[in-house]
Amino acid sequence: MKLKPEDLDKISERMRAQTVLREGAGRVKITVHMGTCGIASGARDILKAFVEQKSKADMQDVILTTSGCAGLCSHEPMATIELKDEAPVKYIDLTPEKVKRIIEEHVMGGKIVADFALAIGSERVS
Amino acid sequence: MKEIALHILDIAENALDAGSTRISFEVTEDIGRDLLIVQIQDNGRGMDRETLDKALDPFYTEKPGRRFGLGLPLFAQAAREAGGTITVESIPGKGTDVKATFKLSHPDRKPLGDVPATIELLRAFHPAIEFTLEHRRPHLQGGKE
Repeated sequence: MKLKPEDLDKISERMRAQTVLREGAGRVKITVHMGTCGIASGARDILKAFVEQKSKADMQDVILTTSGCAGLCSHEPMATIELKDEAPVKYIDLTPEKVKRIIEEHVMGGKIVADFALAIGSERVS
Repeated sequence: MKEIALHILDIAENALDAGSTRISFEVTEDIGRDLLIVQIQDNGRGMDRETLDKALDPFYTEKPGRRFGLGLPLFAQAAREAGGTITVESIPGKGTDVKATFKLSHPDRKPLGDVPATIELLRAFHPAIEFTLEHRRPHLQGGKE
């Protein structure tokens, strides 16, 4: 199979329409960490899952983007969710199922999914 | 990495970090020569001789605050495990050319994976960058796919 540049253009346009990457605007910013560690642990499928979930619901005000290693390689794949005027939340050990919950509960509902958020509840009170 | 497509994605991320505006991917599956060739070329800032010599060293990285850079070493390992080789050529200011070969029939060769879908994702998230992919299967030329 030989994929022509025109084919890639068409696919890219379609994907772009789904992701609506708008710099500096939006209510929520989702960053999927795509360092070597992230990619090796499945970040590509996590990114795909976010794109799919985002395309299902009306999420024009959600910016989906990628970045490098978040510094916690053993907990990849990871993503950072940042709601406007709120502190960013890092989610760890992601799967496409977890992505679905994060989108529904945190991105849409505004409630942090504590089950797979980094550090929340990890402090022990003795 | 489970697939060669993921190594390709990882090397592409390096190319993006290097400020490339054009990244080309070439995948050749040559059954006649029992060879899989994966080549990634970019027009990023490139590396000088000294940096290039260290590029395959897992304990070398150009990223500030990091101690490891595993992308190229892992790709090299994947090639070596499948009876292949890796070459990295680079000219400062011009770009970098990474070429890995694999023995196509080697039992330890990782599956190629979905390269077009991987490049789709890259294009979606980096609309200003020109990505091209050429997938060659010489044994199929003139025949059916």
